[in-house]
Amino acid sequence: MRQKVIFAMLALAAIIFVRNLYVISMLPDEVNQGQIFRIIFFHVPAAAAAMTGSAVALMASVLFLIKKDFFYDSLAVAVTEVGLAFLAVNLVTGSIWARVIWGVWWAWDPRLTSALICWILYAGYMILRQALEEPTQRATFAAVYSIFAFTDVPIVYFSIRWWRTIHPQPVFFSKNGSFPADWLRALLVNVVAIFLFYAVLTMIRLRQEQTQREIDYLRRTAHAM
Amino acid sequence: MRFLRQVAVITAKDLRAEMRTKEAINASFAFAIVILLILSFAFDPTEETTREISGGLLWIVFTFAGTLVLNRSFARELPNDCLDGLLAAPVPGSALFVGKALANFVFILAVEMVALPVFGIFYNVRWTRQFWPLMLVLVLGTWGLTAIGTVFSALTVNIRLREVMLPLLVYPLMIPMLLGAMRLTALLVAGQPIAGDDTVWLRLLFGFDIIFTALALVLMETVLRG
Amino acid sequence: MSAVAVDCAGVWKFYGDFPALRDISFQVPEGRCLALIGRNGAGKTTLLRILAGFSRAGRGQTKILGTSPREADARRRIGFLGHGIAIYDELSALENLRLFGKLYGLPDPDHAARHWLERTGLERVRDGLVREFSRGMRQRLAVARALLHNPSVLLLDEPFTALDDRAITVLQSVLRDALAEGRTVVMSTHQLREALELATDVGLISRGRLAFHGERTPEMLSDPGWVYARYGEA
Repeated sequence: MRQKVIFAMLALAAIIFVRNLYVISMLPDEVNQGQIFRIIFFHVPAAAAAMTGSAVALMASVLFLIKKDFFYDSLAVAVTEVGLAFLAVNLVTGSIWARVIWGVWWAWDPRLTSALICWILYAGYMILRQALEEPTQRATFAAVYSIFAFTDVPIVYFSIRWWRTIHPQPVFFSKNGSFPADWLRALLVNVVAIFLFYAVLTMIRLRQEQTQREIDYLRRTAHAM
Repeated sequence: MRFLRQVAVITAKDLRAEMRTKEAINASFAFAIVILLILSFAFDPTEETTREISGGLLWIVFTFAGTLVLNRSFARELPNDCLDGLLAAPVPGSALFVGKALANFVFILAVEMVALPVFGIFYNVRWTRQFWPLMLVLVLGTWGLTAIGTVFSALTVNIRLREVMLPLLVYPLMIPMLLGAMRLTALLVAGQPIAGDDTVWLRLLFGFDIIFTALALVLMETVLRG
Repeated sequence: MSAVAVDCAGVWKFYGDFPALRDISFQVPEGRCLALIGRNGAGKTTLLRILAGFSRAGRGQTKILGTSPREADARRRIGFLGHGIAIYDELSALENLRLFGKLYGLPDPDHAARHWLERTGLERVRDGLVREFSRGMRQRLAVARALLHNPSVLLLDEPFTALDDRAITVLQSVLRDALAEGRTVVMSTHQLREALELATDVGLISRGRLAFHGERTPEMLSDPGWVYARYGEA
């Protein structure tokens, strides 16, 4: 049943995504940026998905601490790990865009910098998990860390914005003219497709995590014999 | 009232135990001096450059040296399973947190108080012109470092690579605090007052300290007693 | 019948999905001494840590004299002695006891500390740093630490393991007095003979289950392996 749902969602996401790729490729090039502007259709949804993911991770972590139900722990890992991948997509696409438009791979622009710090924070979550052996302790400590990380993200964002407004700022691409309606539609459709991908990957990862727990249970049972 | 008494007992215990061996504090002092020395080779310590980067330089020294103190904080409870003794006692996790954090705060601040004049001498800087505002920034920044660091000291104490894990987890979390503290410290060391746009950093430091202290108070019991 | 001192009702403890303790239920009335026996890894330590309140049960309830040990106030009435001695090497014997006396909120920590130093024969070395103590002295100090606040319930994890003769004598006499005063003792042990002499009840934990729980009988004393043979796994 669950497998069928996963396959159905995956198929749906693929159909929406591929069709939308065609739509995006048919759009005229942007006046100032040319081809490369199309990266925004992937860059922005990836960031939105990752941000939503971190909120889900927070909720799952809090619920684990309250209910001590390992489902929430597995959900928190799954959603964080997939979120890291999506945030990586966001960082890489941003970097490629920056290379073409700004001529540099990386600029210490506030949004870029906060996205990077965010990535490092959640990478820390994975590292902490890896270092802890006992499942209950791992789940508890990871949940505590996740709460700290989530709290930190907005503070990081604002502090870096203040920091950069005081220092010379890199030239940011000026939005002259509004985002045309057909662009916005293409963007929103991509958001739907990418959120679906995110959900599918999370569900697969969640199942892996639950299987892992089952293996761990069997291993411990065998050791106890 | 009982909470405060327990906090005082734990702080006094940590201070006394550390003063007997001076393990963490001596290592931390030495480390701070060595980093200050090494960093003097990283750039030309003329007055102009020093003034510009003094904030960053000092806070790198403070966080590095502080990490040594924080690492010891719960590691000190490992021999003889002393932590079990504390957990079995009628002391809430929040009191343990505040007690230990206060002791760490005192140690780190002491290291900073030695590092500052050494910095002044090595780098030929008159850093005392805004003495009291600078102390305020030091206190606020150090408390932020200590509050997060004490929780994570407990979190990482049983991990094999805890000496690496603690900074790995804590430094990224502290970036907002470090930005504020670095900016204000640079300003004050250069003899300028905190004014205008820069007051936002003071507010940031206050906010950071309050938020993470509150989180630590709530979560420490869970970290320690499951 | 006297009141229930230790109440353990349907306690489970999980490591991930693996139950390290499975549905443990028993009661210890006031003034009794329960010896928990079982192989290494059977779950004795886990159970004692849950009873002492610093590990959370996955399911089930524990009560010490009617209150959950998760509450700080209930822990005031528990004396816990674990594998480690939980004594600070950098502090003196007196300082250690005073520290715990204050943490337990004793009205006169100094007096209690001195009393227990005398009781455990450490009066002479009270200002010596624990670092310099012999193993036996450290163990006696640990006994003093666990009993310092006059706990009504004593939870001891393998108290007789690796003790020297003198420490065993001290511990036995202290426990006998405690029982005579109506205190309750729950201890896990491998040293069947020493423990069974004191115990009024015996519990056998096998693979996380309470396989046997009953009064200590004379045949257990004469043959300490009897419970194992009868109820333990082969």
